[in-house]
Amino acid sequence: MNSSIATANINAQELIIEDASCASCVAKIEKALQSIAGVDSAEMNLALRTVVVTGEVKQDTLIKAIASVGYKAKSANQTSDEELLDEKEIAEQKYYKKLMLQMWVGLGLGIPLMVYSLLGGPMTVNSNLERTIWLIIGLICAAVMYFAGKHFYIGAYKSFVNHSANMDTLIALGTGTAWLYSIVIVINPTIVPEMARHVYFEATAMIIGLINLGLALEVKARGRTSEAIKRLIGLQAKTARVIREVQGKKQDLDIPIEQVVLNDAVRVRPGERLPVDGTVLEGETAIDESMLTGEPMPVKKSLGDEVVAGTINKTGSIIFKATRVGKDTALAQIINMVKRAQNSKPPIGRLADVISGYFVPVIMIIAVVSAMVWLNFGPEPTIAFAVVSATTVLIIACPCALGLATPMSVMVGVGKAAEAGVLIRNGEALQTSSKITAMVLDKTGTITLGAPKVTDINVVNALDENSILSLVASLETSSEHPLAQAIVETANDKALALSKVDKFHAITGQGVQGVVDNKQLFFGNAKLMKEQGVSLTASVITTAQQMASEAKTPMYFAVNGELAAIIAVSDPIKDDSISAIQRLKDNGIRVVMLTGDNQATAKAVADKVGITEFFAEVLPEDKSSKIAELQHQGEIVGMTGDGINDAPALALANVGFAIGTGTDVAIESADITLMRGSLHGLADAIAVSKATLTNIKQNLIGAFMYNVAGVPFAAGILYPFFGLLLSPVIAGAAMAFSSLTVVSNANRLRFFKPQEH
Amino acid sequence: MLIINLVGLGLIALIIWWFWLYKPEVTQLDENNSQSELTIIVEDGTYQPANISIAENKPVTLTFIRKDASPCAGTVLFPELEMSGELPLNKPFVVSLPAMTKGQYAFHCQMKMYSGNIVVE
Repeated sequence: MNSSIATANINAQELIIEDASCASCVAKIEKALQSIAGVDSAEMNLALRTVVVTGEVKQDTLIKAIASVGYKAKSANQTSDEELLDEKEIAEQKYYKKLMLQMWVGLGLGIPLMVYSLLGGPMTVNSNLERTIWLIIGLICAAVMYFAGKHFYIGAYKSFVNHSANMDTLIALGTGTAWLYSIVIVINPTIVPEMARHVYFEATAMIIGLINLGLALEVKARGRTSEAIKRLIGLQAKTARVIREVQGKKQDLDIPIEQVVLNDAVRVRPGERLPVDGTVLEGETAIDESMLTGEPMPVKKSLGDEVVAGTINKTGSIIFKATRVGKDTALAQIINMVKRAQNSKPPIGRLADVISGYFVPVIMIIAVVSAMVWLNFGPEPTIAFAVVSATTVLIIACPCALGLATPMSVMVGVGKAAEAGVLIRNGEALQTSSKITAMVLDKTGTITLGAPKVTDINVVNALDENSILSLVASLETSSEHPLAQAIVETANDKALALSKVDKFHAITGQGVQGVVDNKQLFFGNAKLMKEQGVSLTASVITTAQQMASEAKTPMYFAVNGELAAIIAVSDPIKDDSISAIQRLKDNGIRVVMLTGDNQATAKAVADKVGITEFFAEVLPEDKSSKIAELQHQGEIVGMTGDGINDAPALALANVGFAIGTGTDVAIESADITLMRGSLHGLADAIAVSKATLTNIKQNLIGAFMYNVAGVPFAAGILYPFFGLLLSPVIAGAAMAFSSLTVVSNANRLRFFKPQEH
Repeated sequence: MLIINLVGLGLIALIIWWFWLYKPEVTQLDENNSQSELTIIVEDGTYQPANISIAENKPVTLTFIRKDASPCAGTVLFPELEMSGELPLNKPFVVSLPAMTKGQYAFHCQMKMYSGNIVVE
């Protein structure tokens, strides 16, 4: 429902009751609402879980009353992101049309006058006839200023009384000075020498027309900078098909997505967009998640798998349980994060911010100084020169270009990154990642899939393979280590019975121990065996080394102090890790791998993916000290990890990258979140941030140069040498197009494509 | 000529005083009463009120009503708090500020042409 309608018709309010499920709830809620003074009626629809209340009562009061009988209610009239966006576009369109009309009005007077002057027509007031004609034109000009430039004058006045100054101040002062000087000459020409009896009505009208044109084009161009966010918002479905009980019978109901509540069963058919996040209850399908993760291949989903809003169901029909709705869905959080990041400023923009704060008054002072210099030292007619130079200085200065330089590029850059499945937290992360010189990659889950599999069980004593697996799996059920999960899964696949483990203890960096079926078990690396006095024969060590050289992780299993088996687990390398790491190296980035694994396995993986520098057997808590070490060497360090085990290292690194698996994003934990598992996201993130920073620099340099060079020109610095003085009309055109140039340059970033891969 | 130069210098002094030295009026959300809400109108290049003083460690709610169609007025940023909002036209937009420690907290549009200041005392 549109919220403007809701505000207009305050007498009827619709609320969604999140947890109402039975007929008795209806009576309770209706009664609670009807007992409030001012409520005329309250009717609840259990199937839709909505209640419509009439009467003049504040919504808060209603929500409180419902809470007092034990239910949660929320407004059904909240405006969705999409509606807000539509409203914004309509408002901008209207504003654009208004500016264009004002432009034509300004230019409608300005162009004929300027053509007349260029053709040699006198713009002077020397006879009574000229006075009358110019008086009429001056009054028409005043009407034009009112109709086409009222917003500048009101804005200038309002900010002046607030002791602040902005672009309106400059435009109002510039055009105001030109008009006032001209009208004074028309009314009383004799107060200035004959040579100075020149009118500038054409400049006034032209400047107003041109600046309105510049603003109109800027509105259009700005709209394009938010394309990425529009695309994300467009991913939100409008309705959902939920299965709810209506009069004792389960029925499919099509409802607006705002009305979907937690634990609703949602049905999605092939080709439909998922309305909320959830877990699959029934059916099997493949889901296209590319719009969120950038991962092109559809992902298979079946019972228990997580699905997310905004993705598209491809092949089968599924029913899933809603687990996150409204503002909690991954998509809503992504939209929120992108919006927030788009509005945050990287440090490079801070200088421009400081300057903008002082800019306008400084320009006003320069205009006064310029006029004084002309009056004191200029040629005749000094007064006319003083007016022209002051007007031109006021008009040419453009604080907007300076102010827009950084935010426009950040808007486009952050949006561009989001399109590639890269979520940048803020402007600072964007800027720092463009400067990264060293990238630390965690091995498990980053370079590899993070889903290890048992590859070998090398039995060295009398026990058989299944009994060994059953014992190890029993021991490892309590462990959260990914390798442990691989073993438990393998045992489950073979349907082996597991026993209870006693005295379980995990020894950091070594392995685990425990008692199963009265057997003392140790499972871990060579260090653990050595410390527990389990002897390893030369042939056993050779076998283990062989496994390690094949990029497998060998682990020893001892029962009652004797070695029983070597179990190798291998975590496959992601398909595109090699090419992504090559891309990083091609960019001159030093790539370093960290792993808790043993030296031989680490070396095998590093060799395969082309990494020459790696640290093996690093304890989780030592990861940060490796980062610090690199920083000490003067490197700007990026750290990529899964965002959970690596949190301290991610925090210490100059930029922490959390690598997601699918849409399971660790949004809050890192500076940059890569939504898909591929390391290409890393190279993309760096490429986008570099392109954005280059764009910001171009904008800032352009805006600085323009203002620094433009103002002295306008003041007439060229006059003593070349006899040249800038016309205020040219200054108006230059100002109008300077901010447009900045926005357009930022828009160029939309076409940036990270390298093909 | 002397008079003209004096007028010019006077103008410069006036600009410096008016825009930089003058201490603007501050709207107080004072600590004694329970008021923790304020409506700010965004119109004609200004926030009204633009200078706000609030008590330390007290969360406040600012409701922005944007009446200016210019896209410049469309975004409000609180850089120190890393917060921002897109202001819809002619509709209230609520910004809930967390409890803040003593200091100055600016709020402004993307280009800093609209600007305001929160003083936490």
